[in-house]
Amino acid sequence: MTFKTCLRPILSATAISILALPALSEEIWVTNEKDDTISVIDVATLEVTRTIPTGERPRGITFSKDYSRVYICASDSDTVQVMDPETGKILHDLPSGEDPEQFVLHPNDRHLYIANEDDAVTTVVDTETRKVIAQINVGIEPEGMAVSPDGKIAITTSETTNMAHWIDTETRELFANTLVDSRPRHAEFAAGGSELWVSSEIGGTVTVFDVETQAEKGKIRFEVKGVHPDRVQPVGFEFTEDEKTVFIALGPSNHVAVVNAETLEVEKYILVGRRVWHMDFNTDKSLLFTTNGVSGDVTVIDVAKREPLKSIKVGRFPWGAALRP
Amino acid sequence: MTPALIALRAIVLREALRFVRQRGRFIAALVRPLVWLIVFAAGFRAALGLSITPPYQTYTTYETYIVPGLCGMIVLFNGMQSSLSLVYDREMGSMRLLLTSPLPRWWLLVCRLIASTSISILQVYSFLAIAAIYGITLPWQGYLYVLPALAIAGVMLGALGLALSSLIKQLENFAGVMNFVIFPMFFLSSALYPLWKMAESSELLHDICAVNPFTHAVELIRFALYAQFNAMALVWTCLAGVILLALALWGYDPARGLVRRKG
Repeated sequence: MTFKTCLRPILSATAISILALPALSEEIWVTNEKDDTISVIDVATLEVTRTIPTGERPRGITFSKDYSRVYICASDSDTVQVMDPETGKILHDLPSGEDPEQFVLHPNDRHLYIANEDDAVTTVVDTETRKVIAQINVGIEPEGMAVSPDGKIAITTSETTNMAHWIDTETRELFANTLVDSRPRHAEFAAGGSELWVSSEIGGTVTVFDVETQAEKGKIRFEVKGVHPDRVQPVGFEFTEDEKTVFIALGPSNHVAVVNAETLEVEKYILVGRRVWHMDFNTDKSLLFTTNGVSGDVTVIDVAKREPLKSIKVGRFPWGAALRP
Repeated sequence: MTPALIALRAIVLREALRFVRQRGRFIAALVRPLVWLIVFAAGFRAALGLSITPPYQTYTTYETYIVPGLCGMIVLFNGMQSSLSLVYDREMGSMRLLLTSPLPRWWLLVCRLIASTSISILQVYSFLAIAAIYGITLPWQGYLYVLPALAIAGVMLGALGLALSSLIKQLENFAGVMNFVIFPMFFLSSALYPLWKMAESSELLHDICAVNPFTHAVELIRFALYAQFNAMALVWTCLAGVILLALALWGYDPARGLVRRKG
């Protein structure tokens, strides 16, 4: 057995290093909702190297542009924590409004747009002055957050109102509301900011909008062989470098869909851990890391081969993932 | 060529010829695991994924899990098939002819083992090729690493067949062997279900599976298919192989063995 255990990491490390040669010290930071911790995965070894305590129920996680700070939505502590990624120490808290679940950092690297799930508002916080600069009323249970690449539009999706709310970041007012399928949870701008993609968890769809007109351009539906349609619940998704392919987490169906971003056709379903929530890539986008809430692990997907490589045990209920190059 | 090698060549060739000429046997040997893979595994597809158990590094479908077990099944059935043909040879008289050869008897029996193992390996590779077409692919190193694992498993299970054939008096008794040896060996192993699944239903079942040499043969194949090495499985399979081979040699020893007692 000892020989086996010695050999295994060597063999798997060799296999993985052949597949992708990631730069040294790249890390994936994963928030563990139930453990109140962050698990740090080393991309080179695909092992957890650090576990850092956070506030209660950490979910959304994002780094500042220069990666000198990491912002964490500590939902049950009703705050956004700012951490020094080097030391893992909490530098300070930001006023976030109640129950922050997801947020997005404006391209100006200064304004955080936070969805306050219990309050039906989107809070805008200045990370420098540490003050709330605006609170925008949106639908009930806001969750998904996105900012367009030019920084002019912010999006909040509300889980119960089933809408995508379009916010003008200058006036900080809603300028449009579009209906989507039941329980929208995640939003992303694509195609250079000309498209908005929104996933609907209960509706089981992903809707693509034209940003210019806010009109629906297309809709993706999923069908995983052998899995009841009720379990197919799209949540987080990420685009590949060329934006031609998108990986969509399908929640309790335990699969990630690989979708052609141009034809909107599903090309493959990849088996991952239980209840897959969100994901992030490594720097060269050759590996994708999905957080699997129920099984408490992160599945690593080889992006080129579209195959799962390994599942890494993290804390309980991993939720968000963010790359630290 | 030394007489020993001539004998080896003759015995292997005879088995190979027999195998090639009996097309039905080759097809049957492939159809059996394919039915398990395509029909049986479909019912247990586990679209939501089986829990991670080494050597797997992530979640797998049942179809993927069952492939190494089915490779083991091919080797096991082939070992039994060769045992059956030994009994047949004995009834037909060609066995006596072989055993009157001046070469040591153990060498003749080892030649039989090598012959039946080579055929098992051919069958397993054919099965793996069809499984790959069906969509179950393995790391390319796995296809290489599995060769020695199949050879070891083949010798162990072939030795089991030899030992059994020394016990079986008549061809008709072979059905009994099927019921009392092959099926329990196959079902009480990790071929169809991971051992933790067995432990969930009964600790006793789990313990029986854990000592079953076939479990270790399957695990040796399973780890090898994923380019990994399982020392425990290797030790167990080799140990069982040595004991069974010793038993077979004893069984065929004209001075002491069961062959003499049975006349």
